[in-house]
Amino acid sequence: MSDENNHILTVDTIHTYIGQFHILEGISLTVRSNSITVLLGRNGAGKTTTLKSILGLTPPREGKITFNGKEIQGKRAFDIAAMGIGYVPEHRAIFRNLTVAENLRIAERKKGDLERRSEFIFGLFPDLKRLYKLPGNHLSGGQQQMLAVARALVADNVLLLIDEPSEGLAPILIEQMMEAIRELSAATTVLLVEQNFIMASQLGEDYYIIDDGKTVHHGTMDALVEDQELIHQYLGASVRVRGGER
Amino acid sequence: MSETTDNVKGTSTKQRTSNNPLLIWLKKNWGTLLLLAGLILFPYIFSLISGTPVSEGPPKFWQGQFIVIFIMAVYAMSYDLLLGYTGVLSFGHAAFFGGGAYAMALFITHVAPNIISSYRITLGSVNVTEAILVLVGFVLAVGVSVVLGLLFSAVSARVKGAYFAMITLAMAEAIHILSKATDFVEWTGADEGLHGVPIPAWINPTQFRLRFYFVALAFAVIMYLVTRRIVNSPTGRIFVALRENESRVQMIGYNPAVYRSIAFIVAAVIAGLAGGLYALWTMSATPTMTGSGLTMDALIMSILGGIGALTGPMLGAVLMEFLGHFFYQWFGARWPLVFGVIFIALVIFLPYGIVGTWQLRSRQVQQGWRRLLRPLRIEKQSE
Repeated sequence: MSDENNHILTVDTIHTYIGQFHILEGISLTVRSNSITVLLGRNGAGKTTTLKSILGLTPPREGKITFNGKEIQGKRAFDIAAMGIGYVPEHRAIFRNLTVAENLRIAERKKGDLERRSEFIFGLFPDLKRLYKLPGNHLSGGQQQMLAVARALVADNVLLLIDEPSEGLAPILIEQMMEAIRELSAATTVLLVEQNFIMASQLGEDYYIIDDGKTVHHGTMDALVEDQELIHQYLGASVRVRGGER
Repeated sequence: MSETTDNVKGTSTKQRTSNNPLLIWLKKNWGTLLLLAGLILFPYIFSLISGTPVSEGPPKFWQGQFIVIFIMAVYAMSYDLLLGYTGVLSFGHAAFFGGGAYAMALFITHVAPNIISSYRITLGSVNVTEAILVLVGFVLAVGVSVVLGLLFSAVSARVKGAYFAMITLAMAEAIHILSKATDFVEWTGADEGLHGVPIPAWINPTQFRLRFYFVALAFAVIMYLVTRRIVNSPTGRIFVALRENESRVQMIGYNPAVYRSIAFIVAAVIAGLAGGLYALWTMSATPTMTGSGLTMDALIMSILGGIGALTGPMLGAVLMEFLGHFFYQWFGARWPLVFGVIFIALVIFLPYGIVGTWQLRSRQVQQGWRRLLRPLRIEKQSE
């Protein structure tokens, strides 16, 4: 019972279709409060679709999703988001024609959210303070990614879904991003999709491996790091790439 | 010690903020203020130059041209709120303009006279009955626009892009057909429209052209300020965000359909008010005011001036009215043909419209000027 209370998010065998394609074929996972859970898996395994299904952007056809004790499957995306889920999509999904300030301001759910959070946000991403008045399309890729994460922090979100924050970032920025995610996880829960296994393994506490639209393995990250065979079986490619870079 | 420095700092910043805002504001807006002053003085300057009294001949004629420009500028600006800011392509904007015009004209023709004959509202010793009735006409124009805007956005809430455009076109055509319908001929005049609307004498555009000129100018300025306030508000930022990426707006927790409807209704109200004033100006309401031609005008004016900046469509309206006037003189009834060619050229060479392209290039132009003026400035200093 106490264990159940500890879970902020429970996904119970969801099936999601995009058009006629059966993308998620029974994904189940639980996310503990104030932890970082990482979704691992090859390209096209269904990691992003899992995040989108949770938020209702690609609503699952079957299965149950419980967030904070309430069932949220079938609700509309903006209603789910307003319940306290912040989503940081892949590919630096900011509003490019709005300034940094406006990008953050727009994420307010209550007046004054931004003022209350700005110190925290600028603490994580000092660059954004300097770039505050600039339009989004004047920012570099890394700065845009930081803005996308920062935007999810403006409102009182209790769960953050973060999709590939390290994608296309320079190594030094990856480190900064990692540091930021670690810091913000102290205040909120994070469900992270991350291909970069180094980053995933250093940040994550729990992991789920998704393959062909199913959750095939899960456990604590410490156990996974020891299990070279499992890593090779499901994540082989990405680990090799990482190894090569090192 | 720190207290004193704080105090000094406090006073110095206070002085700075109390002294400078007006200057900063003037410096920032001098162009707008100059334009405004120019427009206020225009009738008098024109009459001085042409040597005819302000309320006769060419000055009177050009005041009329400008009145139309002011009204059309507001109408085009309201369209930009949809097309430029929210990224919604609507082919039904004339319905709101015409709706406002008909609301005003029908009220002044059929309802107001009865009220005037039986009631008398005075403010001190001044009879303000007619003034209040005109205001009521505008309120009705707003009401009709809100209803139409709600109707349009309710019907088209689930469709986007070209389908949305088609549905708005169909609905606007329905309004157009309604305005022409012979069933209501005794009310609306059907095909002919309502003419000779008995608008209050004190605002009669034939007798008091100059007065109407200032009313229209004030209307345009107020509507511009209001619209600018809206687009710079948090809601206005959501409009822009919607234009960019609807699913990202959802992710943050906003219902796109709701905000698109808000944009639609706000645009409808502004267009409706412009229509109401236009009905006063022409003392009529005709089916042309609800027709798709007028929607196309809004589209052309917006693209000509540049979408996504309120001043763009306003400038587009100025250009279109001016070009229309002169082209008609030069080319007769074939002027739209010439205008079309120029329009195509402008779209090719100024793809962001006049204001949009200017905003993109202004820095280059500024640098160019600076380079040109540099020798001059050196000379000045050496003198």
